[in-house]
Amino acid sequence: MDEQWVRDISAVDYTSRVTVRNPKSIEACVKLKESTNARVCVGRAGTRYRTETLLRFLADHAAANDSVWSDVDESLVDRLGFFKIKTLVRDKQEYITRPDLGRKFSKDTIEEVKARCIVNPDIQIIAADGLSAFAIDANLEDTYSIISDRVRAKGYKMGTPIFVKYGRVATMDAISEALNAKVTVLLVGERPGLVTNESMSAYMAYDSSTVKPESQRTVISNIYNDGTPTVEAGAQIAYLIELMMKEKKSGIDLKL
Amino acid sequence: MRAGDFLILKTKLFGKVYSFKNIKDVLAKANEEKAGDALAGIIAGSSAERVAAKVVLSEITLEELRNHPVVPYEEDEVTRIIEDSINEEAFNKIKSLTVGEFREFLLSSDEPSIKKIRDGLTSEMVAAVTKLMSNMDLVYAAQKIKNPATCNTTIGKQGTFSARLQPNNAKDDIEGIMASVMEGVSYGVGDAVIGLNPVGDNINMVTLVLNKFKEFEEKWSIPTQNCVLAHVSTQMESLKRGAPMDLMFQSIAGSEKSNRAFGIDVAVLDEAYALMQEKKSCIGNNFMYFETGQGSELSSEGHHGADQVTMEARCYGLAKRYHPFLVNTVVGFIGPEYLYNGKQTIRAGLEDHFMGKLTGLPMGVDCCHTNHMASDQNDSEILEMLLAEADCTYIMGLPVADDVMLMNQTTSFHDVATIREITNKRPIKEFEESMESLGIMENGKLTEKAGDPSIFMV
Repeated sequence: MDEQWVRDISAVDYTSRVTVRNPKSIEACVKLKESTNARVCVGRAGTRYRTETLLRFLADHAAANDSVWSDVDESLVDRLGFFKIKTLVRDKQEYITRPDLGRKFSKDTIEEVKARCIVNPDIQIIAADGLSAFAIDANLEDTYSIISDRVRAKGYKMGTPIFVKYGRVATMDAISEALNAKVTVLLVGERPGLVTNESMSAYMAYDSSTVKPESQRTVISNIYNDGTPTVEAGAQIAYLIELMMKEKKSGIDLKL
Repeated sequence: MRAGDFLILKTKLFGKVYSFKNIKDVLAKANEEKAGDALAGIIAGSSAERVAAKVVLSEITLEELRNHPVVPYEEDEVTRIIEDSINEEAFNKIKSLTVGEFREFLLSSDEPSIKKIRDGLTSEMVAAVTKLMSNMDLVYAAQKIKNPATCNTTIGKQGTFSARLQPNNAKDDIEGIMASVMEGVSYGVGDAVIGLNPVGDNINMVTLVLNKFKEFEEKWSIPTQNCVLAHVSTQMESLKRGAPMDLMFQSIAGSEKSNRAFGIDVAVLDEAYALMQEKKSCIGNNFMYFETGQGSELSSEGHHGADQVTMEARCYGLAKRYHPFLVNTVVGFIGPEYLYNGKQTIRAGLEDHFMGKLTGLPMGVDCCHTNHMASDQNDSEILEMLLAEADCTYIMGLPVADDVMLMNQTTSFHDVATIREITNKRPIKEFEESMESLGIMENGKLTEKAGDPSIFMV
């Protein structure tokens, strides 16, 4: 007997689906849906959501929530040759509530980084889980491959790629200082929304430092399939690396 | 000012002695548990210490609280605004009350009696009594107080429950924004304001959207207010160039330092207020709109070691200076390091609403949660229902509560309609009449025709 299942609601493109009962103009509803990804033209049951609307909302929230509380697939970072370290954070709950600890490493960790990673690299790539493990799972491999291919082709000295568990953006400063990197690139999972739980950002800085303000960083955000796809993002990052190496600056100092 | 000699900052509870450093320490430790107070390192070390702090706080007089603002008068203009605006006659009536007695006064008095003493309060007093209130106390006391305000229409009257229509769009696409506006109005939402958080902070966008909202309101004869929630300096430029602006918006904080992080100070707000007096497009005398939220001072390192409830109360003390039409806390917006879960968010929503009402503001609440909090839409719905019982002035309305621009969840068009139906409340009268003419509402309820945005596409 064939296996049977209830239809996969996550496969439905809700952004084009009109569920208003007997609208005055279905064509107008379709047009409204085309103009936005907001959940309009959904209709109602009494004053409440239709069942389909409620279930899809719950599914999207669950997906966003799970991406925060999940861990990055370590076999992926192993396969890509990333050196794995951890911040002072002990678990996810602490990570969520103590952003200060997610920016710091122990002395031992820093010593280990210095001992086992390439020092004085031109380009240091770092990946961190941030607020979405799924963003790293979905986008790291392609983005990293494109960056590393292009950067190597230019003859820059690539550092040992590093993966930071329970890592926030500012971890890039401590690593850059420990290894004396020229350009540091941090690929990190963004806070998920209901539209996507796979969005990744790239933070980049020349001579990234714990004493410089946040404005030292150049950012590319919304790296995901329906946002800035990995191929495009990787190329943009590689271009910016080259520019930063040439100009020896980043962030607001770098005129794009 | 009186020295702290007579202050007793020590008590004993079940055989154990608890002592506190100063009033600021008592205020912090008397707070219900919040992640932000833990992050700031000022939270009570145990449940018993929390109660001990409440006990000590209950015996402190309102005069002592006035004499010990959490940020010194000399150092901070928000403290100065609050202190200098005190009505001495009102203050004299209550100065000798302890916080414990003040709580009982609020719970046992009627609205006129509360309003008689209101201008004698500092934000520290407002925050202090909040710390001795249970959740139901907060609902009960807030429900007594109505603070109507008038822009084009009058918000906050008995029996009304209003909503901001928040048509945010990730690309600032005007067609997309208007799709959300049409959807929202078709549910009877938007009587508080039709107000957009733009992605880009620029003058042209502000002007374009204000005009678009005005045009829509005029075409369909919908009496309400328009607003684009850009930075105040951007809105001022837009206003100078003739944009039709009913409400001017700004996020504010409870200290001078944190306001600077928002790129504002009292002088800028005064300037914005004066410019609106001259150029506003609305009729009434309440034309400012402020947003606040527990934790914003800590996040910009401007909390001065004080707890997030007290810093939040100070936002309301500052807001009062500008007789705003709308003030809402965006509870749960900054994330779990300030409000960890649904319980903390619900508590904060009730606290903020009560504090705003007691201060004299037409208080609304954005019941919000991010996806990295241990909270979900059920928690937001609980908070909305409690706020409706507390006669909250307004909440937010978004398509299925999903803010596709800010990437968090708030409350929905459906929620607004539902709350009105289950609590038998109405939109602002003129707005409701307009909904009746459009065939969307009848006797305060949605009609068959409601919930269909295509009625605006002819």
